[in-house]
Amino acid sequence: MAVMIYNEEFETLPREVLEALQFKRLQQVLQRVYHTVGFYRRTFDAAGVKPDDIRTLADLSRLPFTSKQDLRENYPFGLFAVPMSSVVRLHASSGTTGRSTVVGYTKRDIDTWSELMARCFVAAGLTKNDIIHNAYGYGLFTGGLGAHYGAERLGASVIPMSGGNTKRQIMILQDFGPTAICCTPSYALNLAEQGQAMGVDMRSLRLRVGIFGAEPWSDQMRDQIEDQLAIQALNIYGLSEVMGPGVAMECTEGREGMHIFEDHFIVETIHPETGAVLPPGEEGEIVFTTLSKEAFPLIRYRTRDVARLITAPCRCGRSHVRMGRIMGRSDDMLIIRGVNVFPSQIEAVLVGIEGLEPHYQLVVDREGTLDTLEVQVEVSERTFANADEVKVLQKMERRIVKDIKDYLGVSAKVKLVEPKSLQRFEGKASRVTDRRKL
Amino acid sequence: MKVDQISIFLENKPGGLERVTRILKEANINIRTLSIADTSEFGILRLIVNDVEATVRVLKEDGFRISRTTVVAVEVPDRPGGLHSIMEVLSGHDINVEYLYAFVEKSGENAVIIFRFDNPDQAIDVLLKNNLTVLPGAKLYSL
Repeated sequence: MAVMIYNEEFETLPREVLEALQFKRLQQVLQRVYHTVGFYRRTFDAAGVKPDDIRTLADLSRLPFTSKQDLRENYPFGLFAVPMSSVVRLHASSGTTGRSTVVGYTKRDIDTWSELMARCFVAAGLTKNDIIHNAYGYGLFTGGLGAHYGAERLGASVIPMSGGNTKRQIMILQDFGPTAICCTPSYALNLAEQGQAMGVDMRSLRLRVGIFGAEPWSDQMRDQIEDQLAIQALNIYGLSEVMGPGVAMECTEGREGMHIFEDHFIVETIHPETGAVLPPGEEGEIVFTTLSKEAFPLIRYRTRDVARLITAPCRCGRSHVRMGRIMGRSDDMLIIRGVNVFPSQIEAVLVGIEGLEPHYQLVVDREGTLDTLEVQVEVSERTFANADEVKVLQKMERRIVKDIKDYLGVSAKVKLVEPKSLQRFEGKASRVTDRRKL
Repeated sequence: MKVDQISIFLENKPGGLERVTRILKEANINIRTLSIADTSEFGILRLIVNDVEATVRVLKEDGFRISRTTVVAVEVPDRPGGLHSIMEVLSGHDINVEYLYAFVEKSGENAVIIFRFDNPDQAIDVLLKNNLTVLPGAKLYSL
């Protein structure tokens, strides 16, 4: 059977043609951000580099990085390169006020994103004859709408399920007979287990392929999902800052690394501490530069995801470089059931509650197939001095749970602990105990 | 007529209570009575001791979260209906009890019920007017 490629011309460009295209687009985007986004003008000037100084792709490394912190500092629209009248969609990552990152899309950006998601679906072997069960969350999170538009672009039938309501999801999987599913890998396992508990033979559904992402997962988990749902499980990558899902996608032929759509993004791997560009193949922090985005172009954005690039040609014929599985993070971000959580955000919630001190520890674990987050908080002297009753402390626990859910969109378990039972550290990473075996 | 009670926050974990009893032993503090309110995750140990100030000091030094609360001790004859004679009065005056615990005096004749009320002054007033015996703190600490 012939390999299916959605945009065969652009996905199989010979390397030198691809790089020439990248360079042309890079020059355009650099001129645009320098003249329309104050932040880039300032950082380029501070680095003593003008867009005209970038004469080859390799010169990209002369430009400064953009960090998540830069995005937060320019909250909400400070890095937009077009007037709001040209923006047709906004998405945001979770976060307390002022800490989330907001991204915008022009009509053309949505078209590009839809095409890239359609490329992903085709790489997964889907056609317009498929029915796609989309269980990524719809809303500010880019997952739901991103996959939705891509499925429609392909001409497939999309079921806009969104997350949650697992029993109903299982009923629809049985009744509508979708042939593909999109969700987080942990949710796929949760669906499989709950379905089995309901007496449904999850292996005999019409599903044949799953496109899973938004959280780190292992080959072991892939085997488990493939076994329990009798499907082929594929890895997809994306992040809202860069675009959303559809930045990179595994193909059914290779199943080793995700093709990064290099006609729209330049990828680099860097040393997380020195910032030096690493040779292809070496493990490092992944950095993206967007080439075609209009509303929210990003130059050398540090993803904090650690992976390695695979430059060897792929069996599928796509010429785009692949990125291996995410090996970790170069910061302390946690991904809990697809939601990005920084310990600093939990801290912000805790200090916002009267009577609490920001002495806390986060314990991440996996119960069955779902990630769990336990927030251990020390009982402060003031809180306890004013109330020695169980109900008061339980009310405080519920308040913390609710605020974390409201601000971060993640369900946590809260455990009050004795003072000094938590270790005191200077560093941030030690706030977290990750017991998940990925 | 009020009694000082010391409450201590404890996690539900092995050795938690032992740390408290060891500190009190080493400070030569005698526990008059105690109770524990517990949930699956934490507990609150409530103590009445012979030396309130010393207890507060040694526990604070060891980093425990403690609170001093005012409770009311009522003495009743240790026989059927003893507790009921108090509850009847409280109920009749619409006084809410946050929690209570009890012990029997050494003589074996009387029981002492420790009450936590929202408004201890009002409760003491009602109890006394109804001829119930409210024990002063000093009496209880030295029982």
